[in-house]
Amino acid sequence: MLSTALGIAAWGLITGVAMGKSGVAPWLMVLMSLLVFAGSAQLAALPLLASGAPLWVIWATALCVNLRFVIFSATWRPYFRAYPLWMRLRLAYCTADLNYVLFMRRFPEPRPAPEQLPYFWGGVALNWASWQVPSLLGIALADAVPLHWGIGFAGTLALLGIALSLLNDRATAVAGAVAGCAAVAAYALPFKLNIVVAIAAAVAMALLMDHTTPRNAEPVDDAT
Amino acid sequence: MIPIGPIGPIEGVIAIVGLAVLTVATRGFFFLSEREIPIPEWLRQGLRYAPLAALVAVVLPEVVMTQGHLIHSWQDARIFAALAGAAYFRWRRGILGTILAGMAVLLPLRLGLGW
Repeated sequence: MLSTALGIAAWGLITGVAMGKSGVAPWLMVLMSLLVFAGSAQLAALPLLASGAPLWVIWATALCVNLRFVIFSATWRPYFRAYPLWMRLRLAYCTADLNYVLFMRRFPEPRPAPEQLPYFWGGVALNWASWQVPSLLGIALADAVPLHWGIGFAGTLALLGIALSLLNDRATAVAGAVAGCAAVAAYALPFKLNIVVAIAAAVAMALLMDHTTPRNAEPVDDAT
Repeated sequence: MIPIGPIGPIEGVIAIVGLAVLTVATRGFFFLSEREIPIPEWLRQGLRYAPLAALVAVVLPEVVMTQGHLIHSWQDARIFAALAGAAYFRWRRGILGTILAGMAVLLPLRLGLGW
């Protein structure tokens, strides 16, 4: 957990530096870091904010990048649906990538349990602090950090680690490979729609594999 | 209309508040509503692979593409950095180590060899 927090911190710092260097007013970037709390969507929105792109383009792009959370939310539902709406809104705001991976590893059974909320909020608190503090620091120190070193790549490496943690058998490996190829091939699409194309391609391939892989023969109940 | 310069203060605040709303709406999509949103069984099966697909779709173009084009040279620090990160992850399964291993390969290649 601690090493994970340090990873998040490194990613937050880099996102902060990128935000500070973007040319957008720093107070807006501080606001974005504190309110939006979604690193990959922030990074995708950044060049659009910096070039003064129309609002709907900024939002459509962030929506495509955030689409994975829509899918995560279906998995969260059995754990969270009993809580009141206000609580669910707060939970929703905080369910980032890493919380998802860690929580699902800790509580694989999809039913609510009293020890889940303390675990969740503890993880969120650590995640929030280890994201926000370096991110704000990055915005403040942006001019002192040279971006041509390529340290922005640390964020990509963090996501790579998370992706690899979801890779556990042949089916996921094939789905990942299909998604990667589709994302590169469809890269020219606007609003990061290539991510949507990649998800669709991978899901289609996974379904195809599920339906064409021979299953073990089951005994036939024959009444004759 | 040609966009010129960074976003203004009022539009900027609107954009950012909108992005925050998007964070909540997407992360809570299937558990904010009381009603069960029906997902067909075949789709539920397929969606098991979607989180991984989404992450790969974000990561891979960042590794093998420049300015919207596939890179033509293998002399690119990002490829080796991603391989080093992946190798570390296979070995120890830690996110921080993945970042550090990748950056330890990226920085010398980029600063030393200009890849």
